[in-house]
Order: sequence, then structure tokens, then C-alpha cells
Amino acid sequence: MAEILKRSKALSVSPLKASQSLGAALAFLGFQRAIPMLHGSQGCTAFGKVFFVRHFREPIPLQTSAMDQVSSIMGADANVVEGLNILCSKSQPALVGVPTTGLAETQGADIQRVLKQFRRQHPEHAAIPVVGVSTPDFSGCLESGYATATRAIIDALVPAAAATGTFPGRRPRQVNVLVGSFLTPGDLEELKEIIESFGLRPLVLPDLSDSLDGHLTDSDFSPLTIGGTPVSELAILGNAMATLVIGPSMVAAADLLHRRTGVPEHRFEHLLGLDAVDALVHTLHRISGEPVPERLERQRAQLQDAMLDTHFMLGLSRIALAGDPDLLNALSHFLAGVGAETVAAVAPANAPVLARVAAQQVKIGDLEDLELRAREVGAELVIGNAHAVETARRLGLPILRAGFPQYDLLGGYQRTWIGYRGSRHTLFELANLLLQLGRGEIPPYRSLYKPDYVETAHESGTAAQGAGRRH
Amino acid sequence: MTPKDIAALLDEPACAHNHKAKSGCARPKPGATAGGCAFDGAQIALLPIADVAHIVHGPIGCAGSSWGNRGTRSSGPRIYRIGMTTDLTEQDVIMGRGEKRLFHSIKQALDGYAPAAVFVYNTCVPALIGDDIEAVCKAAAQKWGVPVVPVDAAGFYGTKNLGNRLAGEAMVKYVAGTREPDPLPPGTERPGIRVHDINLIGEYNIAGELWHMLPLLDELGLRVLCTLSGDARYREVQTLHRAEVNMMVCSKAMINVARRLEQSFGTPWFEGSFYGVGDVSQALRDFARLLGDPDLSARTEALIAREEARLHAELAPWRARLRGRKVLLYTGGVKSWSVIAALQDLGMQVMATGTRKSTEEDKARIRELMGEDARMIDDGNPRALLDRVREYGVDILIAGGRNMYTALKARVPFLDINQEREFGYAGYAGMRELAKQLALTIESPVWGAVRRPAPWALPRRGQAHG
Repeated sequence: MAEILKRSKALSVSPLKASQSLGAALAFLGFQRAIPMLHGSQGCTAFGKVFFVRHFREPIPLQTSAMDQVSSIMGADANVVEGLNILCSKSQPALVGVPTTGLAETQGADIQRVLKQFRRQHPEHAAIPVVGVSTPDFSGCLESGYATATRAIIDALVPAAAATGTFPGRRPRQVNVLVGSFLTPGDLEELKEIIESFGLRPLVLPDLSDSLDGHLTDSDFSPLTIGGTPVSELAILGNAMATLVIGPSMVAAADLLHRRTGVPEHRFEHLLGLDAVDALVHTLHRISGEPVPERLERQRAQLQDAMLDTHFMLGLSRIALAGDPDLLNALSHFLAGVGAETVAAVAPANAPVLARVAAQQVKIGDLEDLELRAREVGAELVIGNAHAVETARRLGLPILRAGFPQYDLLGGYQRTWIGYRGSRHTLFELANLLLQLGRGEIPPYRSLYKPDYVETAHESGTAAQGAGRRH
Repeated sequence: MTPKDIAALLDEPACAHNHKAKSGCARPKPGATAGGCAFDGAQIALLPIADVAHIVHGPIGCAGSSWGNRGTRSSGPRIYRIGMTTDLTEQDVIMGRGEKRLFHSIKQALDGYAPAAVFVYNTCVPALIGDDIEAVCKAAAQKWGVPVVPVDAAGFYGTKNLGNRLAGEAMVKYVAGTREPDPLPPGTERPGIRVHDINLIGEYNIAGELWHMLPLLDELGLRVLCTLSGDARYREVQTLHRAEVNMMVCSKAMINVARRLEQSFGTPWFEGSFYGVGDVSQALRDFARLLGDPDLSARTEALIAREEARLHAELAPWRARLRGRKVLLYTGGVKSWSVIAALQDLGMQVMATGTRKSTEEDKARIRELMGEDARMIDDGNPRALLDRVREYGVDILIAGGRNMYTALKARVPFLDINQEREFGYAGYAGMRELAKQLALTIESPVWGAVRRPAPWALPRRGQAHG
């Protein structure tokens, strides 16, 4: 049970947090032919766009209600209506998301009422689903925005079973997969592959692995997402055999989906490491009635072997960890499972799952908090986003990049962490980073009786570096 | 190297193996041998000499699969880490061009890396075709004015152990006595402290563990003229003959060096170990005893008391974690007893120990430590080792790196104790590292995870109860 240390200082230095509004936008980006329009000033969108463009290295469809000084004071409802009309007329999207920002919420915008107004004024766009979601950036973080938006999408587009006549198991091979923001497109691909290997058909929502996996298409430009969960599928979620829920942040969305559809659900905190993946595979085995494929058994045995090979480096290693709550929780348990200690843990915002993080305490804070704590307790490795690279440099420690954003690493967005294969790869990478540290290196010592051995600058420099890093 | 020379080395008079039925080093047995060859032994013994260019004269198999995998450290020059071999070709062998290639190789090493000296290691193929490496070395040394030392220890001469001796022999024959030690550097005199010169023979500075010991020796006024060969320089090996005492560190491998130095220069020697609190303290006491310096004895006792007290406190939390854990130890010869003591210091229970390379004297010390009914293992094949592990219900297997992955495959916790390891366990400070590494692997959660069957492999409880 981790102790939660609340934010205790005025200034956030080297912030870890990405805003809720961005998280909400990301959830919409996981649907096909979709576009989010942030209700806020144009800067909210511009920054968000750059954030995702640099992270995914993809064009990102993202629009804005472009509140200016007049509409900020006099009311910006008209901006939303006008913006939606333009988006709907110009590109006939399959889904439009309207996450609000701090500006809109502070002004007092009631996004649901504005959407009703839009429907009244523009009946010609009645067929285009528009989902508003309240995600001010003064609370929560990327993860909570993503979860809230997903819940709002379910609320708007998944009908109650009684109303449409869906019933669980009508499509016996279909499995709904509700996934949190801590799964990368690479993770989702792996997850789909595992599910398919049991002869099941996964319906992932939101499915970033279909929209932001970085693939070339035949058309040269699209103002909308070029992949993702088809919006039409939302109507038939109720026919699935089961729903898998990955990530504690998705609990509210899962509850709602279950209430609407009655599809039996299986919840997983994460899919990192042997036990977690075992639980997933076991569940799929029971749902499908199929034997566990040879290939997965083999991957499982490979992961076990990797756990043994790497435990020499990972055992008692001291890790500083920064990330959104689900990711922090997942990595901390993954590390604990191989004997590593999470000695510094920082999350940008509170969440119930943080109490379950495998660390003595979790600080709600920023990367400065991580840096201070890591230095205080003698961490040996940093896991965090691209901003934590500087943190790690100042600490003189290696870093493994995880979470949002990853500006400085190609393919970081696509990395597969989950499953037996992903876990194995992560173990190897962590062990290799720790090996570079030369832990256990004993600083060179020359006898005082032999002062005549003056080494060249280059050589002594190398030696001194090794000594400085010694744990 | 003639058969007569090899026989003389095998018949090492100071070696305890000779006092019993077996005569000298046992010959390797075809089909049932795991150890290295004489070349391997020679290279291992001398490679840590850091400012020397080590040229392996032979086809690629010898250097190619052995260079760069030792954990020995240098505080300065890194020439020893550069793999050098004549990489003989078929044409060299057929046309007898090996000697010429070697001669040019020596020149290239001198030009490219300016080493303090060049060591040339003979291997099976040139030995077989009759390359005269001694003559080539002599000619090269004369021509370029840099010492070039032949180390004639081709693989087929015998075991790794023999190779160690051949290497030691080469040092005594060609290098020792070619220079006098430097005077003590100004400013290092401390009132009341008389400085004594010593050698550490068979200390390889694995993972830098010598640096755990050196500060203590400095403090006592013991100047290490030369370690053979951890973090050594060529010019230090040249002064090997001037020590007042030689310590054979934890190994009989170069016992011939100590004996030759005793014969030629009257240097007394003792055998000791830097592993385990008791042995470290004992080694320090032995120096004082053999040097016959009462003041040194007093200062040594004070230092031991201080270090032991500090270590005792530092080890307390580790002891609590390790107490009563069962160990199966499988290492070569001397290490078997020196490590037993270290483990017992930590409150661990040594269930059995390997004695394949141990002498009768080693075994006596083992019995002293483990009791009369100490279980000794002569057969080191992996199957037998694992059977013992199960039989005794041990918590950890401590052995050489080559057994590591066997142990891991069998899901048995493991600690690497041999020369490839990455951590230094020598000295008082080394005990802390040893305790940490032991706890790290024994307490790791991965063991439970890899032993547990997959959830779907379990019988379904619902069905079982009908």
C-alpha cells in the first residue's frame, strides 16, 4: 500500500503532466474517420497538435472552437456550433469529439446544452455523432481525459440491450476490449494478435493501433483519422461474448458498458510481466474454449528464461519511475516481479490505483520531485517520458522512455511493452541499461608508493567516470 | 618446450598434490574434461599485465574465442584489453611463414600501441610445425629494443593449471630480476612506519577487487612491488625478485613462482586468501609474522580490529536475511575453503563443496571448517550437481560462470564466483558485495514465478470437486 504524498509546492518544475483535454482528444483519435475539436482558444489545439505530431510522427486531425477575447467573455456557444457545422459540412466525419478545456469550463460552458443547440440549428447533420466531454486541464491528466472521453463515447453511442435487441454471446467470437491510454499502438497490435490466436475477434476501443500506428495509405491527405474503431461497431458491442477491460482508469467506462450491454467482463490492471499475461491468456482460454496456442506457451517459457537471465542485474536495482497512474502502477508491479525496487515514484495526478503501486510512496508532482527523490534515495535508472531525459542526465543515470510524450525517440510510440514478448524485451532493455552503469565497479586505486604512474587524461577520465557512477 | 621441461613443471615439489598418491597434475581425460588448456592458463595468468601487448601466435581459434572476456581491471593502461593474434592462415602453416608473420606482428604491435613489452603466446599449431618463437622474440627484442617475452604454453602441453605455471616460469626466467625497484617516492615516509616490499602472486584483480585490499596494505606500509598479475605493469614484474615476502593469493596455480623466488632469492612465502573476514585478517597477520616486525604486528591488529568491527555492523542486516540459507559450493581448489569461510561468516550453511581441484591440504581445511563429515563433490558434471542441489534442498548454487545457465535452466538460484564475474568479493569491502549479491538472487521473486505452472495447466478445482 503506497503512501500518497500530495502536491506540496507552488511551482511545478519540469512538469510531468499532459492535460486532460489532450487525453480526451487522443481517445477520439482511436475511432475511424473521427476528428476532435477542442473547445478552447486556438492555442489549446495548436499545442496539442504539436504534442501528438511530435510523439506519433503523424499528421493529427485536431480542430478548435477558437475562442477569442470577445467570445471568452460574451459566450462561446456560437463558436462550437459554427465549428461543428464547418467540420460536418466539409469532411462528413463518422465521429466528432468536443473535449472542453480549462478556458471553456471556467467561462461556464455547458457543452451538452451547446450540442443540443447545434442539433436544433443544424438538423442536416443529424446523422453525424457528436460527443461532448468535460475535460478541463485544471484537473486530472492525460489518462483521466482519455478515460472520460471513452466513457462519454460509450454513453452517446452504445445503446441499451433492451432497446436494440443485442444480447451477450450472439456473436460468440467477438470480444470487446476496452483499453486505457497506457497501451501503445504496438501494445494494441500485440493484444489483438494474442486474442486472435484463440480464434476470437477483438473489437478494441479506442483502437489507436489502427489509426496512429504509422502506416502509409493510398490517399494523400485526410482531414480525419485514417483508421481506428469503426463507429458503427459501437452499436453491436452488446453482442459480444465478453469484454476485456485493461487499466484501472477505464473502470467508469467499463461499468457503463456493462450496464448498457450486460456482456460479462474481465478486468485487468495491466498486461506487463508473467502473472498479468498469464491471467489474460487464461481468461482467453476459458472464453474461447480453445487450447493455449503452442506459440504463446513458447513465448511464456522464453519470458521465464529472460526473467532468470536478467534478475542478476534487475534484482535490488533502484528505479525512479514517473508516469500517469495506470502506467506507474503497471511498471511498478512489473519491476517488483523481478526483484527491482521502485524507490521514487511520481504521478502527475491522483487516482485510486496509486494506492496499489508497488512502492513505499507515490508523490503527486513533477519531474523535479522525481529528480530530488531519485537523488535522495540513490536511484540507478529512470523510467519516464522524453522530458525525463534531462532529469536522467542531471542525475547521471540511464533512462528508459515510457509514456507521453516521446519526442526524441523514433518508434517510441509504437513500442510493445505488453504480452510475454513485450515483457521479455523490456527486461532485456532494463538489464542492458543497468549493465552500462558498471554497478559493482570498484574505483581504481593506485598505491601511494607508486606515484610515477601518471595515466593519460583520456584513460583516467574513463576510470573516473566509472568510479563516479559506482553505487 | 621439451617433454622434460613439462614433466619438471608437472612434478612441482612445493605442490601438495605431490604428497599423496596422485603424482602432480592429473592428465585430462578424453570425453570427460571441461577445463581449459595450457594456453588458456598461460593467457589468464599474464593477461592482466596492463601495459603489455599480448600477442597470441596461432590461428584464430585460440585468441578469437578467448579475447576480451575477462573481468580483470586496470587502473591505467588498457593495452591488455586489445586482442592481438597472428591469425595464421593455411598458407602460413604450409609454407612455414608463421615465424615471419610473428616477427612483423611484433613490429606492428610496437608501432601501433607502444607497449612496455610484448608477450608472445605459443599455441598448438606453431608448436606442432616447429615455429621457434623464442628465437623470433629474441631477434625482435634486439632489433627494436623492447622486451619481447616468449610464453611457450601450447594447448596440448596440458591443463590450464600447467599453463599457469608455464606462464609463471616465463616471468621468472625472462622478466624477474631485470630491474631494481624504485626508491620510495618522496613524501611517502610516515614517522614510525617502516615500509616493507611484498608481492601478491596469483591475484588477478577480478572486477577490481584488488583495490579493496590495496588501501589497507598502503596504510600498513606494505608496498606491493608487484601483483602477478592483476593491474600490474611490466616494470613491476621486473622487480619481482626484491620482495621481502610473497603471498600466494588463493591459488596454487603459480606456486612454482613462489618456490623459484624462494630458491633463488630466499624470499619466504605463505598461502592465503582475501575472501572472507577471517582469511583477510589472517593474511594481514601472516605478512607481519613473516616480516618479523613487531610494530607492524601491532598496527595490523589495530587495523583488523577496526575493519572487523565496522564490517560486522555493516553485515548485520544482511546476516539476518541470509542466516540458515543452504549453499552448495562448486569451485576449483583453494577457493572451496576460502569461500566456505566467507559464507559461514554470513551465517549460511554450506551443504557440500566441490573438491575436484583441491589438494589433500585443501580438503583438510575444508574438514576443519565444515566438520569431519563434510560432503565433498569430485564429479562436476551438471547433472550430478543438480542432483545434489535437489538432494540437499539448497537455496543457492555457487559455482563458475560455465555452470550458470545450467543452474538457471533448472530454476536454481546461482552466484558466479569465477574470473568472468562482474563483482569483486575480496577484502572486507568485498564481503558486503558478496552478501548483497547472495541476497539479491536468493530473495528474487523470479524463482517463484518460473516454478509456478501456467494457470491453465492446473487441474480445474470445480471439476475436481465434481
